[in-house]
Amino acid sequence: MISQLSWKVGGQQGEGIDSTGEIFSTTLNRMGYHLYSYRHFSSRIKGGHTNNNIRISSKEVRSISDHINILVAFDQETIDVNAHELVSDGVILADAKFKPTKPEGIEAALIQVPFTEIAQEHGSKLMKNMVAVGASARLMHLHSQDFEDMIYKMFIRKGQEIVDSNIQALLAGYEYIQNKSEFIEGDFELEKVEKRDQLYLIGNDAIAFGALNAGVRFMAAYPITPASDIMEYMIQHLPSVKGTVIQTEDEIAAVTMAIGSNYAGARSFTSSSGPGLSLMMESIGLSGMTETPLVIVDAMRGGPSTGLPTKQEQSDLMQMIYGTHGDIPKIILSPTDVEDAFYLTTKAFNLADKYQLPVIVLSDLQMSLGKQTTPVYDLSKVTIDRGKMITDQIADENGDYYERYEITEDGISSRPIPGVKGGIHHVTGVEHNSIGTPNEGSVNRKAQMDKRMLKVKDFSLDKPFKVNGEKESELLIISFLSVNGAVDEAVERIDNNITVIHMRQLFPVPIEALRPYLDGAKKISVIEQNYTGQLFNIIKMNYGGHDKMDTFVKYDGTPFKPVEIEDYINDIL
Amino acid sequence: MATFKDFRNHVKPNWCPGCGHFSIQAAIQRAAANNGIEPEELALISGIGCSGRVSGYIKSYGFHATHGRSLPLAQGVKMANDDLTVVASGGDGDGFAIGMGHTVHALKRNIDITYIVMDNQIYGLTKGQTSPSSSTGFVTKSTPDGSIEAPIVPIKTAMASGATFVAQSVSSDIKGLTKIIEEAMNHKGFSFVAVFSPCVTYNKVNTYDWFKEHIVPIDTIEDYDETDSNAVTRHINEHEGMLTGILYRDTERKSYSEYIDGYLDETLVERELKLEQDQFDDIMAAFK
Ligand SMILES: Cc1ncc(C[n+]2csc(CCOP(=O)(O)OP(=O)(O)O)c2C)c(N)n1
Ligand code: SF4
Ligand SMILES: [Mg+2]
Repeated sequence: MISQLSWKVGGQQGEGIDSTGEIFSTTLNRMGYHLYSYRHFSSRIKGGHTNNNIRISSKEVRSISDHINILVAFDQETIDVNAHELVSDGVILADAKFKPTKPEGIEAALIQVPFTEIAQEHGSKLMKNMVAVGASARLMHLHSQDFEDMIYKMFIRKGQEIVDSNIQALLAGYEYIQNKSEFIEGDFELEKVEKRDQLYLIGNDAIAFGALNAGVRFMAAYPITPASDIMEYMIQHLPSVKGTVIQTEDEIAAVTMAIGSNYAGARSFTSSSGPGLSLMMESIGLSGMTETPLVIVDAMRGGPSTGLPTKQEQSDLMQMIYGTHGDIPKIILSPTDVEDAFYLTTKAFNLADKYQLPVIVLSDLQMSLGKQTTPVYDLSKVTIDRGKMITDQIADENGDYYERYEITEDGISSRPIPGVKGGIHHVTGVEHNSIGTPNEGSVNRKAQMDKRMLKVKDFSLDKPFKVNGEKESELLIISFLSVNGAVDEAVERIDNNITVIHMRQLFPVPIEALRPYLDGAKKISVIEQNYTGQLFNIIKMNYGGHDKMDTFVKYDGTPFKPVEIEDYINDIL
Repeated sequence: MATFKDFRNHVKPNWCPGCGHFSIQAAIQRAAANNGIEPEELALISGIGCSGRVSGYIKSYGFHATHGRSLPLAQGVKMANDDLTVVASGGDGDGFAIGMGHTVHALKRNIDITYIVMDNQIYGLTKGQTSPSSSTGFVTKSTPDGSIEAPIVPIKTAMASGATFVAQSVSSDIKGLTKIIEEAMNHKGFSFVAVFSPCVTYNKVNTYDWFKEHIVPIDTIEDYDETDSNAVTRHINEHEGMLTGILYRDTERKSYSEYIDGYLDETLVERELKLEQDQFDDIMAAFK
């Protein structure tokens, strides 16, 4: 009996690899297992190797694994590319159709299963993924009934006949392994778990569901990997609340439309990835200068330029902080995991409204597209706070312009939306005075610049980061987004006084909250996925203890495995 | 009810005396008043250029955006609050160079706003470079030997992009222009209004007198049918883009939001935003 294993299915893109993983993992989620998945894919639609890796555990998992235990292969390439990741007592379940062979030096067992043939016997070779799911389920000693229920749920709208043939294909795969079980040596029997009510979703869906709950009823966006799912989620779900999405002509239009809509009083946002964010920079400055609330999601992928469009990286941080010309106030957030992605996104909209500035919610490809289990979300924890937005008539005594940019103690001024009588004012990206009229005078310039920058000068979330460990430590590790899970798992394996910080607020850098941990650590390491150590440099800029600071980076496009971080920590401690 | 004086503010325009943009400003103010709109119900979104300043000279809600981006911003405003009368405006550089992508897509999208292009065939604010609508051979700072490119003819672009309302006027004709803007505001869908607006400082060719000589009002054309797009396109071509008046109207196509089920039942700014528990549970169930 084992508490966790890693299962991978691979084949040619367009061959149903995703749906195989989908059926398998959705069922496991209903059974109560903790899951964490990773999709390897390329920019091609048809053809090209693709695989879906699902880690299954009776305890919480938030990272890909070091190795895989079961490899389901629909072609020889899958074996050639992935077999080296198998543990020595692992197994390859390969479609007998392509006469699979094992590369030299691979100890894992190779079991040929006539996936295609069995599927054909039951009506269509398309059902080979059902045969594979059945075979995998039997290998892990899981009940077939849970899978049958899932097939019913997924296919009943296509008719009972389709349901029946798929179940037959599943059971045939199940039985095939059952009959072979005496030849299978490794232990793949998964510890049983209690059924739990939990969610299994990608970070992008968590973010999108967050936006929906924050009150977004209009979105403008332009497709790009790995952010498109956010827009697609909204396209699917906004109609149920009579909302809509405009797929714009480009990202500049998307972001300016969102600005227009927010200016007019409706919560709106856009989502994109590095290339799109590069195009949005001038407009992000407009939002900062005109104090118009704006939320943007940046799901990072490998850069620069078109870079690695389908691969993991965290290299937009510097651009998010410094990418706009001139100085503007802004807030940059990074959810610690998929659970946080929902709540922090709802919070982002409140912050944008409260401080009247751009708020960027960062994600990375692995968090955006990796599916993981997470506790159900709690509506009662969602609040909607529109800040100093004014929607009711204002007594209009002098008949002149409203002081939209009035200098106040905290820098935040009231914001009447168009349509409000008595609230008329001008808005411009040109430096302006308190009623919004262009004014380039130096006294006014300084006053308005100070006012804007004051708004978030000392800003800090209630919880600017998630910390695990003491202030005094042998080693302090700082990470963000999907790297967090791999760091946690690596640190668990090492018996030493290590403190881990997962950043939630990246900008303004919460340096005062960080300081006791930075001061108390003998060594500090920032572990991140980019070439230059962007977060490392940001913290260094704000903190003095440079001699004890180190960074560990990865920029090959693949997510960190816990073992890589474990080895690194053992090296430096 | 508001009169055009209620659309005046305290700001003194910094346009050169005689600039065509003055009359466009006045026409917008008059058209809004004639249509019975209150100042707070008008949102005027402008781009960057001498033209872009117009949103600061009219007493209404105004947003002076970035160069070329008045259209997406204005569309966002309208999507948020359909009760507002939304007007976008900007120069020929704003709309046909840096913002051309937005212009074409706003035309095809057909959101219910009015777009007024203040076309002086030159870059005014940056002191006299060639513009997308400058004629071939036009000499400017950036084309000392005369432009060697063909000009964009705005109304042709509009017709080719699926426009549902196309009009053209000259800023010297405040009365005609006012009438056009009134109708543009009333049109359900995207209204494209191109206005020849002479730059008295940098364009010494396309002057008020030049336009007087060259424009062809459509009421001088026999049996002009503003709903026949083929005929309209032919007339525009025959007169090299110099026609004025309301040139084209598509009365059948609905505006963008009218095609979205329930979207206009209540403007977004009036809605209750928090989901009901059962709605929340329903939507979340997809993740299980
Ligand atoms: C991104 C960007 N590029 C360039 C400029 C400089 N710029 C300001 S206005 C303008 C052109 C103005 O011409 P037009 O739109 O025809 O307006 P006009 O001044 O003639 O009314 C340019 C190039 C800018 N503000 N922003
Ligand atoms: S430069 Fe030309 S467009 Fe600009 S204000 Fe003067 S006359 Fe008008
Ligand atoms: Mg111009």
